[in-house]
Amino acid sequence: MVEILLDATVRAGTPILFATLGAIINERAGIINLGIEGLMLIGALAGFAATSLSGSLLIGVIAAFVAALLAGSVHGFITVQLRGNQIVSGLALTMFGIGITALFGRSMVGLTIAGFERLTIPGLSMIPVIGKPFFNQDALIYLSFVLVFAIAFFFYRTRWGLALRTVGENPAAADTCGVPVNLYRFLAVSIGSGIVGIGGAYLSLASTPMWIENMSAGRGWIAVALVIFASWSSYRALAGAYLFGGITAMQLRFQAMGTTISAHILQMLPYIFTILVLVISTVRLAKGASQQPESLGQPYDREDRK
Amino acid sequence: MRLIAEKRENSSRLFRFSAPFVSVLIALFVAGFLLIFAGVNPGEAYVEIFREALGSSYGLSETLVKTTPLIFAGLGVSLAFRMQIWNIGAEGQIYMGAMGASWVALFSGIQNHWIMLAAMFSAAFCCGGLWAGVAGFLRAKWRVNEVIITLLMNYIAILWVDYLVYGPWKDPKGFNFPLTAQFSDAARFSEYFDTRLHSGFFLALFCALLIYLFMERTIWGYEIKVIGSNPKAAQYAGMKTGMAIFLVLFLSGAIAGIAGFSEVAGLQHRLQHGISPGYGYTAIIIAWLAKRSALGVVIVSFLMGVLLVGGDSLQISWQLPVAFVYAFQGLILFFLLASDFFIQYRVRLKGGRANG
Repeated sequence: MVEILLDATVRAGTPILFATLGAIINERAGIINLGIEGLMLIGALAGFAATSLSGSLLIGVIAAFVAALLAGSVHGFITVQLRGNQIVSGLALTMFGIGITALFGRSMVGLTIAGFERLTIPGLSMIPVIGKPFFNQDALIYLSFVLVFAIAFFFYRTRWGLALRTVGENPAAADTCGVPVNLYRFLAVSIGSGIVGIGGAYLSLASTPMWIENMSAGRGWIAVALVIFASWSSYRALAGAYLFGGITAMQLRFQAMGTTISAHILQMLPYIFTILVLVISTVRLAKGASQQPESLGQPYDREDRK
Repeated sequence: MRLIAEKRENSSRLFRFSAPFVSVLIALFVAGFLLIFAGVNPGEAYVEIFREALGSSYGLSETLVKTTPLIFAGLGVSLAFRMQIWNIGAEGQIYMGAMGASWVALFSGIQNHWIMLAAMFSAAFCCGGLWAGVAGFLRAKWRVNEVIITLLMNYIAILWVDYLVYGPWKDPKGFNFPLTAQFSDAARFSEYFDTRLHSGFFLALFCALLIYLFMERTIWGYEIKVIGSNPKAAQYAGMKTGMAIFLVLFLSGAIAGIAGFSEVAGLQHRLQHGISPGYGYTAIIIAWLAKRSALGVVIVSFLMGVLLVGGDSLQISWQLPVAFVYAFQGLILFFLLASDFFIQYRVRLKGGRANG
């Protein structure tokens, strides 16, 4: 029972985990990205289309990454090079993603593919209770584990990571040290967006191997809220994403058990829970534990005097 | 040689005024390519949009029918924008407003037409206002990000209305469709010219006038603008910014809530699943395109109404998904942001070495 619930938790949390990690990379560079929801859809459709055309899941994941990277680079160009309003540009990206995937997804509705299958990791999967849920999963879930560590390593153990964090905290200082601020920001937005796309691909290649219009169903927005809960750390993003996976798993479990509570009410739980978590983490941040990148949301112009 | 951007000393007024229109034109152009990819002839599609939406008195009346909720929601969102507050939750506020009005219409038993409409209006106003007020309270008290809260509450509001129309409020004689019983005649707006155009449209215009007067002729409107442009100065001047944030979000949601009232009283005559096909999201674009003016909201709402009516007809004749309109709206916003840059900066090719 616990194993089944944990397993469902990990599977429901993984798309949100990828999306949160991608959003963290954006925000660490100082750029708010509210296009996460749209990017997930673009990733989901691109991944599904590429897999159903090529028959290869790997090509699907790459396509999802590239498509979301390109779409995200539009947000990057507008907010970094053109110093446009980040909130409006992100909303535009989400709207564009919802619309474009509805348009191009028409021909994909009803198709099926062979989705990701479970790969058992010998040894680790024998650990009682947590073995099966974490180490008898599909390749994308293992990729998400690797990313959590890789991103933390990148930010805290490499020069480029340090430079990127500085760009998000104090772009003028980074500029003085010869860090190309705009290039770092643009790349962070693009690559972060690509990772969000993989989260979308998880929905259409692993969770339910098919394309459904608007299949991200607000997960992108939950990810945006989780970034604050995670205080911009990839480890805490893992915890946050599984917390939500857990809520979703329990809600599905309730429905399967034939509870008398309306399905509509149960479906509200993840959103209500996100709001609660966001409020609690904001209050906590306000009490001085703030990790928020100092220049988040502000365009950088070398000529501006502060 | 390289491109450099330098700040303009002063931007041309003509350029500033024409930017939204140019953005829409460029978006139409780019969306044309998307349509070609989707196997639709863009020229024919665009002609059809304008013919359907403006080419006949019926088409025009349908456009005004769609313009109505957009004006309310657009006014609501733009009111909050004035204070640099982002109300992304107009969609949910429309649903809650529609729910409040329907609750009165279905269960109050009021017989008098005007008392009934007044009660429905008040219920919609309060429900929409309180729904947004939650975000306002959280923002004012703990600086919780209102973008995320208002947006997440959209999902909750839509699910809540679904719960009602699939469950306790479902019409027992409705053949199991997700809708409530029809409202009595007392709870319905008048319709005009044998079309679906209803009193809500005139209420929306009146509302735009009130908002204009509120913003330009009252001390509260002035405070909102000051808090929006310079919160520090506002605080020194003794303005209560926290209270103002709550009130503005409440009012913003209340006006969006009236859109829900107008939809159920004027058009649907009942509460049902999917009463707003995204008016609340379109309202964000309207507010941004209209910049700071209530009159602008009315004009842009009409433009978007044309687009929605045209989009509906494309859906029928070309099987295009309704959501395609979102892609188009996203493009408009992208180009509008880009044009803002060219209003503020001049781009020049600078000769010489890259380090120059």
